[in-house]
Amino acid sequence: MQKKLLLDNQLFDITIHRLCHQLIENHGNFENVVMIGLQPRGIFLADRIKKSLDEILKMDIPLGFLDITFYRDDFRRRDKPIRANATHMPFIIEDKKVILIDDVLFTGRSVRAAMDAMTAFGRPLLVELLVLIERKYTRQLPIHPTYIGKSVNTMQSQRVEVEWKEQGAKNDHIWLISKTEG
Amino acid sequence: MASLSVNHLLGIKNITRKDIDLIFETADYFKEVINRPIKKVPSLRDITIANVFFENSTRTRLSFELAEKRLSADVVNFSSSSSSVKKGETLLDTINNILAMKVDMIVMRHSSPGAPHFLSKHIKANIINAGDGTHEHPTQALLDTYSIREKYGTVEGKKVAIIGDIMHSRVAISNIYALKKLGAEVMVCGPNTLIPKFIGNLGVKVELDVKKALEWCEIANVLRIQLERQQIKYFPSLREYAIYYGINKALIDKLNKPITIMHPGPINRGVELNSDVADSDAAIILHQVENGVAIRMAVLYLLASEKTPLS
Repeated sequence: MQKKLLLDNQLFDITIHRLCHQLIENHGNFENVVMIGLQPRGIFLADRIKKSLDEILKMDIPLGFLDITFYRDDFRRRDKPIRANATHMPFIIEDKKVILIDDVLFTGRSVRAAMDAMTAFGRPLLVELLVLIERKYTRQLPIHPTYIGKSVNTMQSQRVEVEWKEQGAKNDHIWLISKTEG
Repeated sequence: MASLSVNHLLGIKNITRKDIDLIFETADYFKEVINRPIKKVPSLRDITIANVFFENSTRTRLSFELAEKRLSADVVNFSSSSSSVKKGETLLDTINNILAMKVDMIVMRHSSPGAPHFLSKHIKANIINAGDGTHEHPTQALLDTYSIREKYGTVEGKKVAIIGDIMHSRVAISNIYALKKLGAEVMVCGPNTLIPKFIGNLGVKVELDVKKALEWCEIANVLRIQLERQQIKYFPSLREYAIYYGINKALIDKLNKPITIMHPGPINRGVELNSDVADSDAAIILHQVENGVAIRMAVLYLLASEKTPLS
């Protein structure tokens, strides 16, 4: 197994800061905007972004967590079913601008499921997608992120792993992991 | 990654503690789903479920049907009173005919104990027991224990008294199995004639005095007298039963401690439970009903999750 560091602690902070400023550029005072972190791993990124934005703008931007397990297109297709996670949506998204937040964009299927799941809470005015890592050339659906932390060239067999301090890691790190032959 | 250890839910007896915990955890998420503005998820959209009821039911059947519809399954309902069963068809023939119409899951209630177990040996579809005679009613026990967990945070170590017609109650048997598996202490209470002789073998205390049972327990699960299953007289009259075993506010007030009252329904008001208790804050009867939908969604979802690729 080979591990290559994609983002270290310092770059990680810079990237999140840049994403926040891009959001402010597009949304100004964040009127009518809500953010949704996708379970299970998008919620850490969403929390960080909210914290930074709240600090910069001195406001409380609404943030919800959405679990997409019951909307996946691979139910009954996997050997082992996926465990669900909690959904916490303290608002209705009817006529709101929604920013979906996830850590890694790979095939695009989770985002498709998320857009389906989201509609249980209303019809949004528009939907944007923010990801920390965009894996290029691996999409299976026509989905493209609005805000990208870092784009990387990866192979299908490789894996991107994000380590969060919130999950007990020593530092925030993003790794690209490849299985070595033999 | 998680799945149940069984392909059918026939009873609580043959599932594990881990299964129960997984069902509870999944039900937590479905409880959130059924409180959304749009209470539906698409998980079971390629599944057809037949609700086959050879015995009367309001709550259980409605609850299953709602659970199925909220998971986007296709649902067909069957009740024996308006079917060919009256014309002499056997159970296996009836079910095989239903399955020939490409049904994936069967939810069945039957007056004969063991009917779903018999079916599970002969057919391929997943079977959920919605009550088989005086034997088991697993989803009721799951929703009862889930309601206790919801109120107290855990079932472990709780003292639960099951009061009423223990002899004819499938709810009692399934609840005893579920409560014991989850680590609760269980007592059964009722007239001597309505307590099965060997119930103590299941590891439960037996008490004939309802006052003592109420003093002992934190949670009382009160059961209906199942007159329709009683071929002989087990006690002189309902009026006498109400006097000796009926639970009313005066009785609860004398306890000087908080108590939770549960009832699987239908309630016979004024017999086993007075209105001043059934409608009080101590009762969580309507929470049980709400939790029933979430629990049944969890059971259906988990049983359906086995890998079945389209071909």
